[in-house]
Amino acid sequence: MKNINPSHNWDLIIKGKTSLFDVRFNDLWHYRDLLLLFVKRDFVSFYKQTVLGPLWFFIQPIFTTIVFSFVFGKLAGIGTDGIPQYLFFLSGITAWNYFSDCLTKTSTVFRDNVNIFGKVYFPRLIMPLSIIVSNLVRFAVQLLLLLFMMGYFYLNPVKGTSFSFSNGIFLFPVIVLLMALLGLGIGLIITAITTKYKDLTFLVTFGVQLMMYGTTVIYPLSEVPTEYRKFIELNPMTGIIEAFRYAFLGKGEFTLWSMGYSTCVTLVLLTLGILIFNKTEKNFVDTI
Amino acid sequence: MSKTVIELNNISKAYQLGQIGTGTLSRDIERFWLTKVLGKEDPFLKIGETNDRTSKGTSDIVWSLKDINFKINEGEAVGIIGRNGAGKSTLLKLLSRVTGPTTGEIKVKGRIASLLEVGTGFHPELTGRENIFLNGAILGMRKKEISRKLDEIIDFSGVERYIDTPVKRYSSGMYVRLAFAVAAHLESEILIVDEVLAVGDAEFQKKCLGKMGDISKGQGRTVLFVSHNMASVQKLCTKGILLENGIVKSNGIIQDVVNDYLAVSKNSSEELIDVKKRKGNGNLKFIKGEIKSKNIEFVESFNSMIIKLEYDLNENININQFRIDVGINNFMGDRVAWISSSNINNKFDIADKFIRFEIKNLPLAPGDYSCNVYAEVNNEIADWITEVLFFNVAEKDYYDSGKLVPKNQGSILLDYNIIS
Repeated sequence: MKNINPSHNWDLIIKGKTSLFDVRFNDLWHYRDLLLLFVKRDFVSFYKQTVLGPLWFFIQPIFTTIVFSFVFGKLAGIGTDGIPQYLFFLSGITAWNYFSDCLTKTSTVFRDNVNIFGKVYFPRLIMPLSIIVSNLVRFAVQLLLLLFMMGYFYLNPVKGTSFSFSNGIFLFPVIVLLMALLGLGIGLIITAITTKYKDLTFLVTFGVQLMMYGTTVIYPLSEVPTEYRKFIELNPMTGIIEAFRYAFLGKGEFTLWSMGYSTCVTLVLLTLGILIFNKTEKNFVDTI
Repeated sequence: MSKTVIELNNISKAYQLGQIGTGTLSRDIERFWLTKVLGKEDPFLKIGETNDRTSKGTSDIVWSLKDINFKINEGEAVGIIGRNGAGKSTLLKLLSRVTGPTTGEIKVKGRIASLLEVGTGFHPELTGRENIFLNGAILGMRKKEISRKLDEIIDFSGVERYIDTPVKRYSSGMYVRLAFAVAAHLESEILIVDEVLAVGDAEFQKKCLGKMGDISKGQGRTVLFVSHNMASVQKLCTKGILLENGIVKSNGIIQDVVNDYLAVSKNSSEELIDVKKRKGNGNLKFIKGEIKSKNIEFVESFNSMIIKLEYDLNENININQFRIDVGINNFMGDRVAWISSSNINNKFDIADKFIRFEIKNLPLAPGDYSCNVYAEVNNEIADWITEVLFFNVAEKDYYDSGKLVPKNQGSILLDYNIIS
């Protein structure tokens, strides 16, 4: 068969060996409606046929805050930078939860969706991105809880404590973006590797929990002994959590240097994650 | 002259057999070292062989597809046929981008929509309407495109009354109808359809096939259709591609290709001695099975069919009781018939080491079938193998009228007449 036009302009060329940098971002744009529909699906299926519905979003942070306040605040007596204990822990937990949810959910994206991925093509990145956005809804709801608690403590001040919004609040969108992208980046790397080597799956939940203790969620950076400070600051989430607290409660060690560091680490991990994920998505159905 | 919309150049796909897990990391490192650093040929691919599952290979890499080349022109309806394991599904997976080829390249002009399954991504908690949007978007439609066609889709599915009910309350028939309705309204230039249509009731199947005919003939879009069902392939398609053990066996006008396929499936005999997946204590062990027709080359409806099974016996036991059964399954794996030595009076001699069943007027509709063979000695299972002895019942003008029984009208044929 002869072609009319020998220099046929094909819309799509599928090759056995592709370059590592062959990420189709325009494809992603075409499927943007799908992303929103996945978010809607996650949200609707979460609260359908539950009694308390979206109230479940509050229960976990409330109880964790109470337990943390008791164990780390009352028993261990860790200082809280002069912020009311409940607010200190709640702010840390709210931010940390968003990051850890993004990470753990994306880290199983290939395994959880093998049925869909095995039957139909759409840009696989849509799935993790929809997870990030779904979690954003949840994060927004939990943020309301934080604002409500701040209102309560503003009206009923605890002696010897103080807090207020700071100008860091303008950086809030950047902080949220950093948390999301860092979680996404690490999650993408893990999910890509676990399609072949399942061992890592066991590490994730456990690893995320350990990482929380290495981040300034349950203690302020100012309480860390100087000899260990370096290690805590190496954790890219430390800068982000501190900035989050600084934005909402006006305390915390917020520096441009630490934000810059967190941004760099996030971008590196995200790029790496997207590349590995993209490389894996083409053939993972065969190995999982 | 119409232009090429799909072109495959030297497409191959290798699969690794056996366990993937322990040892893969060291092997991956070895492979990486050899291919990327030293620039040698990949040793794990080189030792591969063609995909013949009956013979035991020496390597654990198998080529599901090997050097596939073909072109498909705009507006053609192409049927892809072949036996189970010939590589049809793999080819579909490659074309629908679910997985990538090991070597070669596929060039495509236009948007591809593939239907390897109906209702991919349906969520049970969502309503029918919500699922239309979700499923449509998964298949590549934009939201406004779906909104525009929503009424048409609901109308085609015929489940209007339940459209705002969660799909978990649907019957399986309604579920499939809704799912196919979404897929049928895709606006892609190329449509790839797997055997998914073999679900739903006869009336709906007819509607689906009609819709597919519209798509290819009426709207001039390109359709790739994979099926075991020769009648619907012949009805829908103008061209055919026959795959056998991962290679293109023939390619051309649909009738020629179908004939080639039927020629391949004549009078098959199969070694059963090496089958690993079997149950039983082995006091009787099947060694060979053969399916043939008495007087012609292939099995066809309303002609005789002979199933011959050869077996070995454990000489050290006294045989007080025995029986041999053959279950016949259709291509979906559903049992259509069962024959047994136990409900026939004229006994055969177990010491003969073979048994022959004759079915005089085979009432099976054309299509692919497989057998389960079962033997019992002294009330214990001696040997039991499932899904072997594949055979194809060929098309035939059974009623001498020049007309065939339509597909989807049941899986058995009746010897009937009109009386005054």
